[in-house]
Amino acid sequence: MSAPAANPLPLLERLPVALRDACTNWLPESWRWLANSLLSIVAVFVVFATLFALLTLAERKILGRVQNRPGPNRAPLPFLGLRTYGLAQPLADGIKMLTKEDIVPRGADRVLHFLAPVALLAFSIMTFAVIPYGRTLLPVELDAAVLYFFAAGAATELAIFMAGWASRNKYSLLAAMRALAQLISYELPLLLSVVAVVLEAGSLSTSVIVEKQGAWLFGILPQWHVFTPWGFAGFLIFFVAALAESNRSPFDLPEAESELIAGHLTEYSGFKYALFFMAEYFGMCALSGMGVTLFLGGWQAPFPALGFIPSYCWFAAKLLALLFVFMWIRATFPRLRIDQLTRLAWKFLVPLALVNLFTAAFWVLSAGWAGPLAFARWVVAGALVIGPFLALGRRLSAGLGPRSYRYA
Amino acid sequence: MNLSPLHLCLLFSSALFCVGLIGALSRSNAILVLLGVELMLNAGNINLIAFWRYGPAPAEGTGILFVLFAIAIAAAEAAVGLALVIAVHRHQRNIRLQEANRLRG
Amino acid sequence: MSLAFLLIAFLTVATAAVAMALRNLIRSALLLVASWAGIAAFYLWAGAEFVAFAQVLVYVGAISMVVLFAVLLTRPSRDEAEVTPASAGRLLPALITGGAVLGVLVGAIVGSPLRTTAKPPPPVTVREIGLQLMGPHAAALVVVGALLTVALLGAVVIAATSRPADPGEPR
Repeated sequence: MSAPAANPLPLLERLPVALRDACTNWLPESWRWLANSLLSIVAVFVVFATLFALLTLAERKILGRVQNRPGPNRAPLPFLGLRTYGLAQPLADGIKMLTKEDIVPRGADRVLHFLAPVALLAFSIMTFAVIPYGRTLLPVELDAAVLYFFAAGAATELAIFMAGWASRNKYSLLAAMRALAQLISYELPLLLSVVAVVLEAGSLSTSVIVEKQGAWLFGILPQWHVFTPWGFAGFLIFFVAALAESNRSPFDLPEAESELIAGHLTEYSGFKYALFFMAEYFGMCALSGMGVTLFLGGWQAPFPALGFIPSYCWFAAKLLALLFVFMWIRATFPRLRIDQLTRLAWKFLVPLALVNLFTAAFWVLSAGWAGPLAFARWVVAGALVIGPFLALGRRLSAGLGPRSYRYA
Repeated sequence: MNLSPLHLCLLFSSALFCVGLIGALSRSNAILVLLGVELMLNAGNINLIAFWRYGPAPAEGTGILFVLFAIAIAAAEAAVGLALVIAVHRHQRNIRLQEANRLRG
Repeated sequence: MSLAFLLIAFLTVATAAVAMALRNLIRSALLLVASWAGIAAFYLWAGAEFVAFAQVLVYVGAISMVVLFAVLLTRPSRDEAEVTPASAGRLLPALITGGAVLGVLVGAIVGSPLRTTAKPPPPVTVREIGLQLMGPHAAALVVVGALLTVALLGAVVIAATSRPADPGEPR
């Protein structure tokens, strides 16, 4: 955990760390750090596992609302018989998943078939370690935290390959290849948009990046990265790439429910499938948390007057808002074709992210401009963002009329 | 015999180097040979880090920079090497090295 | 010597050795990835955080993918990725050479008096690495960038098929 600030923090702000210290105070000094880290791990895991359970319900509820139907509302609470708006649905889903038969194909590579979901889940949990959840709530303080985040995320590709290969089903393998092509394509704009933030903040440490967004313009407007031209463009690129990285609609081709069976998850059932599902939601939460940290000011309050609300509440609010947008998009946009998908990545997002890197460099170099020059700074940076967007967008949609199918 | 940590690090890297060497010499599959070479390169990187950690001037971080450059070179090597393997496979329908003895496609 | 180092070293060498001996190429490649991850763990143990994460990002994230794709593209039959094990005619000389090299290396290492400083790992921050890269090593950085670009283009040119694309192919 990071060191507390110089002036004493309000009680609510200190509460999580104080609780942790109360739990571990009786231990000898040499063991305390171990107990503290274990407690952090347990806390992160419990919070995000609960969030996962609630998210599955929230997603179905929101999709239902958008499609003008109530969504799940029937599962009663055990022993009480109360139908509390389907709140017991995650419980019912969990029991169903756990009691299903675990089928492994006869020719499958049993070790890899088992290892794939486990590795995926393990690595997606590891990414939670470097996200600052509050002013004093950072599980691991690392100098190269952003690099760590993406290094831990890189192993998901291996897990997907393992799942596709170990199933010994050619459709699984083909789908895994498609999923990998998508992940690798979108890794590039994701990383490039993050590099712009690193350039601005001058640090790879997540806590420093959040601290740097803490200033106020005119004493009232927050200085989050998203409120700069390059930060706005970077956030949009990051968000689209994050949608694709976490296999969310409209980029959910790898396991398009209505078209493929389940892509590389075809041969998975029962608990292993649940693990994949869980890892997917964890990945979505981690990427959203990183987006909040890098662009949306992390745990900073949006207005100075609202600073009395504890920082972790602001983080949670931003995270949930971002997750809601994920679900909203899923309910709104149709799925992309694979060629449109790769086209969008390589012809649009990657060049845009590269230009954005230059814009961020310009922004850093012109940091000292004042008076009318500050206005010019905004104009130039804005032109650097909007110009390429318009030019590339025109090229992207050029010649995209209705498609004629030769084999259909 | 009293071995310092640096000795042990060097022994570790030489063991890894020899595993890579034996693999590269004994296997006939081009990809495995390439992976053996890759392993030998990694063993070299371990040496650099070990000497940086226990060397006379650890504050300068030269070893770290060397390893970063070596990793970049290794990535380039792997990409080109595997592209060559795929090209060989296109010509002779397998990637056994003892059969790849023609200069003309 | 800490137990962690011995464990990391043993696991890394063992996974590498098994990977080099296996018949199934996919398993070989995956075990080698584990070995690379072990090397990253060694870097972490030695206090080189940045290098460890770079190793994971490059080897576990990128090179492993290239290797696995290459294995899939060049496997002999549709269903499996098994290759013949090393023949005795190749294995024996290889073992003799490898053993000889190992013997020479171990003899040289054990026999040399290496002076070590018993200081704790020096804190080399990411900022310092960046300043070094952009300062004294800027030329090398540019050369590496050019090399990576050329290697990437070369790899694409070598691996791409020369067959012209089907003109009726949907875009």
